[in-house]
Amino acid sequence: MSPASAPTAMQHGLQCCETCGLLSRPAPGEDEGRCPRCDGELAYRKSASFQRTWAFLIAAAVCYIPANVLPVLTTTTAAGAESDTILQGVVLLWSPTGWPLSLIVLIASIMIPSAKILALAYLLITAQRGSVRNNEQRIRLYRTVEFIGRWSMVDVFVDTFTAALIQLQPLMSVEPGPGLFFFAAVVVLTMLAVESFDPRLIWDAATSKEVRYA
Amino acid sequence: MSIRVYNHPIADPSLVACIHCDLLQRLPELAPGASARCPRCNKELWRRREDSLNRTLALTMAAALLFVVANSVPMLGLTIVGRAASTTVIGGAEHLWQNGQTTVGVLVLLTAVIAPALQIGFMLAISLGALRERPPRWVGILLRHHPTTRTWSMIEVMMLGVLVALVKIADYATVVPGIALFVLWALVFLIAGMQASFDSRQVWERIRWAEPDASRGSAPHGFSGEPS
Repeated sequence: MSPASAPTAMQHGLQCCETCGLLSRPAPGEDEGRCPRCDGELAYRKSASFQRTWAFLIAAAVCYIPANVLPVLTTTTAAGAESDTILQGVVLLWSPTGWPLSLIVLIASIMIPSAKILALAYLLITAQRGSVRNNEQRIRLYRTVEFIGRWSMVDVFVDTFTAALIQLQPLMSVEPGPGLFFFAAVVVLTMLAVESFDPRLIWDAATSKEVRYA
Repeated sequence: MSIRVYNHPIADPSLVACIHCDLLQRLPELAPGASARCPRCNKELWRRREDSLNRTLALTMAAALLFVVANSVPMLGLTIVGRAASTTVIGGAEHLWQNGQTTVGVLVLLTAVIAPALQIGFMLAISLGALRERPPRWVGILLRHHPTTRTWSMIEVMMLGVLVALVKIADYATVVPGIALFVLWALVFLIAGMQASFDSRQVWERIRWAEPDASRGSAPHGFSGEPS
């Protein structure tokens, strides 16, 4: 019986190419083939999406701790050396005139990465449990995470150019710290997690329930 | 040697599935500038661009020119008690590399230089190739990999980072903005315009197929309307 309200390509045995958008049918006896137009690999859903996304996400969560605990910049002056973590960098930047930029770094480096990890975990758990509630909000959350994730790289660029410019030995010099590596890893790993998550999984539970109750 | 198994295209090219929720639907005829959205999840399925290829080509050529300038002149400099220093974009990545932050240095080089270069370079080749009557196969190969270069190209993020770094440095020294700083700001808008004017669907519709037999109309396994 065909659920009239939401026919999906998978129900009809069709695969949509994520690259070029062509709809096609696997050859008889085959589950996965290639797109005849763009040569991309096709599947009904991204392969092992849950496992891959969880793997990237857990790795990102693990890196999140040293990223915030270890210093990202070490400033050496005649008075001695001082190391700053990301949060200390935000505090240092806070001033009557500099607070908007301090806020940008706070949002991009601390709030976005943690919100992204929590949001992806929520999407994974609800999709794996077959939730059919709040689908519109969940797909909107996915798109927000996808759009906003790259902006976390801001702090990496701030530290890169600060360190590259302030080389005024023996007066003052700035060097990147070990936290920077873990922070960059969080950004890259969460971006890879977003890429491996298949948003169609959010809707699959609704489709199968409709079939059941049709 | 592996044998490539190709899927069979369906007969009706206006039938599409939403890439965010897999809903089957028919794309309406669109006027230039109009867009179609998925009725279930509101994902934009297609926005038809007016005069897409010519506009994209013009913006891409300008972007390519600015990209070369942006990476060959200093971006940011400072002066303090008679001493001066300056850096280019590549210089920033190089400094990380030399100071034990090899991985982050590579990441900065990738996101600020290599990915944008590929994004602009691919787009230049794609729009030139697609202007031909029948776009050749290599246009499809570049077009297939273009979204990846776009994901990792982060010039706009870098510019926000540079702005913050500039304010930080201004506490200690006099900041001297380099020519590349202004060129890069212009480049951010050119790249955004280049992407916004490009209509990949129009190119895919005219391209030479990977499986040449499949593109000649009559698909053997057309959409039947019945779930299988």
